[in-house]
Amino acid sequence: MEKEITLKINGEEYTQKVEPRTLLIHFIRENASLTGSHIGCDTSSCGACTILIDGKSAKSCTILAIQAQGKEITTVEGLATTEGVHPIQEGFKENHGLHCGFCTPGMMLRAVELLEKNPDPTEEEIRWGISGNLCRCTGYNNIVKAIKYAGAKIRGAELPSTEPVFVE
Amino acid sequence: MIQCKTSKEIGGMGHSMKRKEDDRFVHGKGNYVDDVKLPGMLYMDIVRSPYAYAKIKNIDSSEALKIPGVLAVVTGKDLEQYNLHWMPTLMSDTQMVLPVDTVMYQSQEVAAIIATEKYIARDAREAVRVEYEVMKPVVNPFKANDEDAPVLRTDKEDQKDNHIWHWEVGQKEETEKIFNDAEVVVKEQMHIPRIHVSSIETCGCVADYDKVDNHLTMYMTTQAPHAIRTVIALVAGHVGLTEEKVRVISPDIGGGFGGKVPVYPGYVIAIAASFLIGKPVKWIEDRSENLQADSFARDYHITAEMAGTKDGKILATRMKVLADHGYTDASANPSKFPTGMFSIGTGSYDYSHAFMEADAVYTNKPPGGVAYRCSFRVTEAVHAIERITDRYALEIGKDPAELRFQNFIKKDQFPYQSPTGWEYDSGDYEAGLKLALKTVEYDKLREKQAQMRKEGKLMGIGLSTFTEIVGAGPSKDFDILGIKMFDSAEIRVHPTGKAIARFGTKSQGQGHETTYAQIIAEELGIPAKDIQIEEGDTDTAPYGLGTYASRSTPTAGAAAAIAARKLRDKARKLAAHLLEVSEDDLEWEPGKFSVKGAPEKSKTIQELVFAAYTNHPQGMEAGFEATHYYDPPNLTFPSGAYICVVEIDPETFEIDVKRFVAIDDAGNIINPMVAQGQVHGGLTQGIAPAMYEELIYDDDGNILNGTLMDYLVPTAVESPNWETGHTVTPSPHHPIGAKGIGESPTVGAPPAIANAIVDALKPYGITHLDIPITPAKIFEALKEKGVLDKPIVG
Ligand code: FES
Ligand code: FES
Repeated sequence: MEKEITLKINGEEYTQKVEPRTLLIHFIRENASLTGSHIGCDTSSCGACTILIDGKSAKSCTILAIQAQGKEITTVEGLATTEGVHPIQEGFKENHGLHCGFCTPGMMLRAVELLEKNPDPTEEEIRWGISGNLCRCTGYNNIVKAIKYAGAKIRGAELPSTEPVFVE
Repeated sequence: MIQCKTSKEIGGMGHSMKRKEDDRFVHGKGNYVDDVKLPGMLYMDIVRSPYAYAKIKNIDSSEALKIPGVLAVVTGKDLEQYNLHWMPTLMSDTQMVLPVDTVMYQSQEVAAIIATEKYIARDAREAVRVEYEVMKPVVNPFKANDEDAPVLRTDKEDQKDNHIWHWEVGQKEETEKIFNDAEVVVKEQMHIPRIHVSSIETCGCVADYDKVDNHLTMYMTTQAPHAIRTVIALVAGHVGLTEEKVRVISPDIGGGFGGKVPVYPGYVIAIAASFLIGKPVKWIEDRSENLQADSFARDYHITAEMAGTKDGKILATRMKVLADHGYTDASANPSKFPTGMFSIGTGSYDYSHAFMEADAVYTNKPPGGVAYRCSFRVTEAVHAIERITDRYALEIGKDPAELRFQNFIKKDQFPYQSPTGWEYDSGDYEAGLKLALKTVEYDKLREKQAQMRKEGKLMGIGLSTFTEIVGAGPSKDFDILGIKMFDSAEIRVHPTGKAIARFGTKSQGQGHETTYAQIIAEELGIPAKDIQIEEGDTDTAPYGLGTYASRSTPTAGAAAAIAARKLRDKARKLAAHLLEVSEDDLEWEPGKFSVKGAPEKSKTIQELVFAAYTNHPQGMEAGFEATHYYDPPNLTFPSGAYICVVEIDPETFEIDVKRFVAIDDAGNIINPMVAQGQVHGGLTQGIAPAMYEELIYDDDGNILNGTLMDYLVPTAVESPNWETGHTVTPSPHHPIGAKGIGESPTVGAPPAIANAIVDALKPYGITHLDIPITPAKIFEALKEKGVLDKPIVG
């Protein structure tokens, strides 16, 4: 029943024998031991498992591992390079875009694709853009702020202030 | 503006320091329970009941056991042999671990599969055949004590009906007299819906029992690891798992909100399985299992009444609650408080009399009664008082803001004795509401509303000016299973001046690794970045009751400040020794002691710590460590003034939250950025039950929305852009004047939203709508009033 497959994740090849029904998220977490991608639901609703497949965001709980053969997969572990953290990682940290951190990897990867398509999105575009990813902790304000910040960084524009703003 | 006493370099209180824990999370290096992988680990899956109430005729595991890789199918009968088939709840009721003969709610655990792999365990789950004899369940709590209702808890000898307990507080007769004589009495029946915390990480554990050492290491999603260790020892001590043989590790937690306080059957079964097989057993529940079987929150049916004068003076309130607890009382409340802190429901207003009572019943629904980001039933109480206050304002035709100003407890009345027995520590309710009104430009907004109403548009403005009660709690009244609700901090400073501090609490995203370090930095002058914070390992951390009910800052935060002050006292002695002056001649500024009048003669905290290891005076204990167990003298009483502005589409009745302004007063703030983040998150969990979330059951006890497809957790689209601010009224009894912030917004937001929606519908005679308020509910209500015969917009 088991089948040998090779998946390329964050530029590295993982060859493993798996059952054909193995979900991609399970391959990533169990077979490749990359536990940064999470599982938050069983109905493709939460986005905690979001990764990039050939640069496009996808919910890895909804794809079989074998379907991802021959494609470039990026997980949160692949965001930082030897040059440093990815702008989206910096954006989330600097703007308090996370609390428990469970939704964060999926949220960031979804944002990477959004910013790839449009590095200067409006608040509305960001909110609709991440509406497939649930966060139970942050109330989203600072996630929006984090994505805007990362967009500015990618564009090379002036970085917005990361100080919290209060009504006074 | 928040004033800081320390430099940015030290990063004490008031600095919006970036969080120390974030690096690991943004790199995907968090360590959550499902990331724990041990050699030889087995996987557990659970067979659940499709029925709400049924007799188990037979469980046939033979087909499941034939599947290669399946090691065992554990049933209630197996556990019965070890007397592990029932366990105590936090409220001294009892709960099944696995049923021996009867299931009491849909999705209840019926049997557990232990297998070598996750997928195999799932296959086996499908192969177990269970024969049921279905019975008619009790679903409606109002009918739980009807003549023909079956008595559900036949396991309890003295139980002759489905009534669990009665509770009351206040002045019954006097209150009744005031109501009889009052010029104005208003009354509404409300339901605070059954909801679910639905943290994005579900619950789970890895139970690792070592047969040789007779030692259990339990990795689990718990907000209260120490209490859990004690409970395990109490429940399983008779099979050899005494407390020194148990280590509970709570790794990174993906959100808790109260849902990770209880002990769920899955944890206990995993321990039993690991104990019997001698291998680590992992159990991670699915989202649907989490929604359908883990503790619910709320589910209070409240009759709220207010008596007052025609010109707006509140005289008394009365509340009557029917609490639906499911088949057992598994609430997470302090022992003496079956309704938690519901008696805070007299609110922010000054009047002398109140009476509250509650009755709890058993039904065929999952047990629970956890918090959902609130301190023990405070949300229910606040919703009732804030809604009925608006109802009163509507009745006498007074502006709801004006009515609130008229009745607020005034700043100089604190400490304030409430008619239900609490002593509010401090508050400045007027200041908060004034700032909120100014921010939304209230008067202009009302003018705009009048104009819009003329045009047939539905616009509403809702207020909520609430008082919370958090930081449980003083040992006199507060315990869980007899253990007093103190909390603890232990600080060790290393010779080079860097430190590690450990706590009895457990962050689930609140940012303790940063904020606790800031409290210590404030008191000791050691930079917060040099202080490592650890929680969640019972082998290393001092004992504490954990993180929930906004208690971490009020209890463990206080413990940190006091432990740090003990160390500062020691540093002063060391400074006197090194500088050869008397202690009285020394002056402290964050980070160093210097000689009064000769500031060039000084020693930094780092130098003093080094001396504690290298050059301490004769007679002084070496080293630089301190521990403190903090027993709070009172609770803390955060407050808030929230204003919500909505517009409702006159054709689809879609509700658009146009603005939401939240002014919180949580006393002194440790980290404004983190505090604001907590408010944002709490507000989204406030809009959730106000407009979207409710666990719905049909007459047969089937859950109708037990997955994230239909249980509507708000996304970034439903969640508006929150506008937040604060006033600062320090708690007079707390060492750093802080009160706790994580839950206020979840408590305060729903009535502001409900009040805004009802206000929008005021021209059509609507006085109340139960949350979650959906377009369908508005449609029904308007239809009932007969106003839909012609379109609302002319
Ligand atoms: S785990 Fe929830 S969408 Fe994939
Ligand atoms: S940070 Fe906890 S779910 Fe998003």
